[in-house]
Order: sequence, then C-alpha cells, then structure tokens
Amino acid sequence: MPEDRLLTGWGRTAPTRATVHTPRRLDDVVARVGAPNARGVIARGLARSYGDAAQNAGGDVLLCTDLDRVLAIDVEKGLVTVEAGVSLDTLLRVLLPLGWCPMVMPGTSYVTIGGAIASDIHGKFRHGTFADYVDRMQVVTPAHGVSTLDPDGTPDAFWATAGGMGLTGVVTDATIRLQPVETSRIVCDTERARDVDDCMARMLESDHKYRYSVAWIDCRATGRDLGRCVLTRGNHAALDELAPSQRSAARTYSPHALAATPPWMPNGLLNGLSIRLFNEFWFRKAPARPRRDVQSIHRFFFPLDGVRGWNRIYGTRGFLQYQFVVPYGAEHVVRAALERLSAARTPSFLAVLKRFEHGSRSTIGFPIEGWTLALDIPIRTRLGTLLDGLDDLVVAAGGRVYLTKDSRLRPELLEAMYPQLGDWRQARAALDPNGVLCSDMERRLDLTGAGRSRS
Amino acid sequence: MKDALGDVQSVLVLGGGSDLARATCRKLVQQRAARVVLAARKPEACQTIAAELEAAGASDVHTVAFDATDLSSHEAFIASTFDRFGGFDVVLVAFGVLGDQARAEHDGAAAVEIVQTNYTGVVSVTVPLVERMRAQGHGALVLLSSVAGERVRRSNFVYGSSKAGVDGYYQGVAASLAGSGVRVTIVRPGFVHTKMTEGMKAAPLAATPEQVGDAVVRAIARGNEIVWVPPVLRYVMMVLRHLPRAVFRRLPL
Repeated sequence: MPEDRLLTGWGRTAPTRATVHTPRRLDDVVARVGAPNARGVIARGLARSYGDAAQNAGGDVLLCTDLDRVLAIDVEKGLVTVEAGVSLDTLLRVLLPLGWCPMVMPGTSYVTIGGAIASDIHGKFRHGTFADYVDRMQVVTPAHGVSTLDPDGTPDAFWATAGGMGLTGVVTDATIRLQPVETSRIVCDTERARDVDDCMARMLESDHKYRYSVAWIDCRATGRDLGRCVLTRGNHAALDELAPSQRSAARTYSPHALAATPPWMPNGLLNGLSIRLFNEFWFRKAPARPRRDVQSIHRFFFPLDGVRGWNRIYGTRGFLQYQFVVPYGAEHVVRAALERLSAARTPSFLAVLKRFEHGSRSTIGFPIEGWTLALDIPIRTRLGTLLDGLDDLVVAAGGRVYLTKDSRLRPELLEAMYPQLGDWRQARAALDPNGVLCSDMERRLDLTGAGRSRS
Repeated sequence: MKDALGDVQSVLVLGGGSDLARATCRKLVQQRAARVVLAARKPEACQTIAAELEAAGASDVHTVAFDATDLSSHEAFIASTFDRFGGFDVVLVAFGVLGDQARAEHDGAAAVEIVQTNYTGVVSVTVPLVERMRAQGHGALVLLSSVAGERVRRSNFVYGSSKAGVDGYYQGVAASLAGSGVRVTIVRPGFVHTKMTEGMKAAPLAATPEQVGDAVVRAIARGNEIVWVPPVLRYVMMVLRHLPRAVFRRLPL
C-alpha cells in the first residue's frame, strides 16, 4: 500500500513528503511509471545518497528494496544478474563463497545495485566505475516502457542512465561482470604520511602495486600536523597468504553490525573537540611504521557499516558530504580545501582522499582522472559560504562535485562542472520527453534544464 | 528547493510592499533565492523593491496583483500563481494594516477594515494556500504576526485582536501541516521601525526590519515554528501574559 512519508537522504537534511510505493514485481514499476503523479516519480533504494537525489516532494517515490531477487549466476564466466533492489551486502554474501566479487565497491555495502548504477559509483578501485562492469540492464522508461540497455547496442541511453541520478528511467535488473577471488580477505598495507603532499607522492609512486588505495586525512590537526594522513592500500589475498587456520573458511563472508546508534542523539555531540579527539585516535591507531595485515573485505571497504545508523550521531540538523574531484596538476585545490576548513575551524569528521586513473563514461558521471577529496561536515552556520568558495576553486581547476553527495550546490555551476550535460539532457529527453522522472535534486539543480527555480 | 543548509530558491510574498518582507527577501536573495514573486494591491508600487532585489542578485522577480480584502479572488489567485510558477519554497504572508485605533473605537467600518485585512483576509487566502503547499510536499509558510496579539492592550486592541486571531489560526495551521513536509513559522516582532510605524514613538526593544529579516531567514533554515524579534520578547511577553488584569491595565503600554 502506498504510504505518505517524510524522506531525506543520508545527511538527514531538508525532509520532504512523498507518496512511497513499494513495487514487488516489474509490473508494479511499469504501472507507476506509466501513470505518474503530477509531480513525477523517482526510484529510491537504501537512501545512501547524502542529499535529495532519491526524494520527490509531493510526488511518488518507488522504494525498490523489495525487488531483491538474485536472478542468475554464471559461475563459469563470472556474471550475476540481479534485480535492482539487491544490496551489495547481499551480493557479497552470495558471491564470495562462490569465489567471485564485484569489481567496484564503495564505502558502504548498504547500497542497491540500482542506486550503484544511477550514481555510477566508484570506490577505492582506481580503474573504472561500477557501470563499466554492467553488461546489460533492464530499465523502465516513460518513452519506451520496459527496455534493455547495453553499452554496445544502446550507448547513449546506457551512459545517460548510468550516473543519470534516476532521471532517465527506473533500473529494474542488471547483469554484472565479476572478478574471481581466492579468498574473502584483503592483504592491507597501512602507513602514515606526514602531510598531504607526502601522501600524494606516496600514492603516485606505489599505488600501481595495489588494486585498492585510500588515504584518510586528519583535517583537525593544526600547524605542523595539518593534513597528516593514514594511507591504506590492499590487494585481494591469495589462499596461501592466509594463515593456515583461516584457510578452511577462506571465502566466508558474514559480517554483522557491532553496534547501532540510538534513535535519538543530542545535537552538538560532534563538535570541534570530539571530532578532534576522534581524529587523533584514528591517527594513533595507525601504526607508526608501515604494517601489513590481512583484513576481511568488510573491514577494509566498509568500516562504518559496523555502526548501524551512524548518520544519526550528527543530531537533528544533519550533515553533508562535500566530495569533489580535480584533475592531476590541481593538487593545490585539495590543499586549499584542507587549509580553509582548518582556518574556518570547521570540523570534518572524516576526510578521505582517493585517486582516479580513469574517468566515468557516464555523460554526467563523477570520476575524472585526478584526485578526489570527500569531507563529512556537520551542518553549521556559514558553512555555505565556505563551500561556495571551494566550488569556485574546483570549477576553475576543471573539477566537479559529486551529485550523489551534493545537497547545496549553486545550480549555475552545473554546466561548468559537467561539460557533457547537454549530451545527457538530449539522451534523457529521448527516454523521458515529458519529465515524468523527477526528484528534489532535479528541482533544486535543474539537471534536465526544464526550468530554473521550480519548487 | 530548500537545500541542506536551509537556503531557499523561490519566494512568494503576499503583501509585497511590506518593509519586513522587503528586508527578508533581500537576505534570502543574498543567499540562494533566484525567484521572488511580489503580490500586492498595487503591484506597480513594488517596482523599487523588485529592482532592489534584482540588484541583489535575484534573476527572476515578478510583481502580481493581489487584493487581501477581495476575498472572492483568493482561491483563483493562489491557483493561477502556483500554476504559473510551479510552486514556492517560501510563502511569506506579510500584508496587514495598523489602522487608527482612536477612530476604530467609534467607527465600526474602520474597525472592520482592520480586521478584514489582518484576520479575514489572511484566513481566506491561507485556505487555498495550505492546499497547494500540502500538495507540493515541502516549503515554508511564514506569517508575520505581532507581539500585539500575545496580550491585547488598551492602546491598540483592534489591531491586537486581529493579530491574536491570525496568530491562533496559524498555530492551528501548523498543527494541521505536521508531517506534510511544510513547515509553518509564526514571526512575532515587537515594535519595528517601518513605514507602518513612521512618526510613532518607538517602544522599548524596538527592532529594525533587517533584524526581522535575519530572524525569519534563520527560522526558515531551521524550521522553527515561533520566532520573537528581538528574542528577549519571548520572556518579556511571558511575564506580561501572566500579570493580573488590574496591574496590566495600569502599565503605560
């Protein structure tokens, strides 16, 4: 039964009310896209987008998490076909024991495959995005109903839908190419870097030895310690890299949450002091000398999944994530962002630096070759001015912010950040000529160019 | 749409000539607001304000005709305005008259005129307004009320009673909109230096339109339901509200 609910993204900001439908079969999706609410319809999965990408004020929202069947697994070729509401967590639980693993894994396992495609997500893997490993997908579009897209046969529609923020159609299933793994573990090297420059140099020098790499930055440290980093990089462990005692259960994957955040948290819990203490702890936890250890995939990729509902620790005002990418050569933007944050005494709970060696092929996909910095920041007064200033630096350097994380960008910067926006709009207009698919993000940023300042 | 930091993009002002609305809109435009629609009985009189907002960075300013006392026009006005602009992040209900208390005490028509504008007019336009806001599933509905309605005084009880009525009405509207995605804000300024109060002796704790504008912008961002300007009036009025009538009457208010 449809139900009216207030929805927000992961950042828990700007709630709006929508009519939530929970499709269980393809026909349910077709029915909703075919008979739209006047304010349109958007698909929603596990709601890990930080901002307003998967909410639709006054309209319909299709909560797709009940489209949760694994349809086919080809253990010879390493292909899996799943419905769009299947989570990465489910996928790993099914596939790892069979010796297969997705190529691209983000920072949380609680994303759906539909969402992963619509955001064309990336991860600690530098050589491609999620949609690069999607062989085909089934999409319900307003123009063509149920249709199958693949990168060779229908490249325009495929690469507008991948990374298309759900505005071209509702993804209902997909076939994903996998990588073979001997174990469900990662051999991880952890080292400290004294500042961002040192960290970047190390990444450029030796990232090629690792399949996955990420650096955590302490942006609460001041003075000499500003931008000190912990670099963690890893490869899938081969069977003989495991301790003999681990080998019998080499491919098991059964993580469980260690703790859950209470439903109500006081405001101001994450303040300058607590964030500083946490960052100090995180830095001290990393070994002073480089260390190698074997970690579970869960611990390596999804450390925050251990605390269920951790977004609630930010209190009722919520938080945002500011993630941008700038091309190689624009390292100064990364430094400037850290310095300005530090100077404004704006606490960032988590700052994560990664590299891309390939851009997204999606027309409005986020990754380009370069550095990407992601900062989790509690909502506070005057944060807008600081981030608007950073946007200007990012645009000037030929970079962009990540739409999936965005909740406050100035709409007028969109075209400068996404030069292929015109191509995307064209492909989208063919798939949804009447603008049936709509979200609060679409209204706020005018992604489709339908009109400024719609409410 | 309102963003994560509480900044909004589109505003409808009912009573576009109001000094308090003007100061509020200026602040909103300095943030993110691109579209402002000023509705007033004489839209041409809002041209100066429109130009000022455009100069402040608004890309899309319109003036439209709206008569608060022409009750039969309200439903069609709200429908056509929402259809034309596709909805609003903020609707600011800012119209009202102070009236002449001395005259209104003897001239029934003068008293009714104050009440017609400040109470009946607001209620009449709010009914269709709430329907449209509820349907769009988001937005801020802001009423410019007054401390005068909190405890009605001898010196301006016609105005005060109209504000008391409309303030109460909006408290009910706020309750009815809980969970709808629409947030209601009731603003209760004290004495504000505006053209409405020009020539009057300023009361203690007088505020400027800019202070009211700042308070409204902050309340929209945070979704606060009741805002006093200046904030200390909350406590001043808390005391005044509980004074025995015999004492209250003797106060030089």
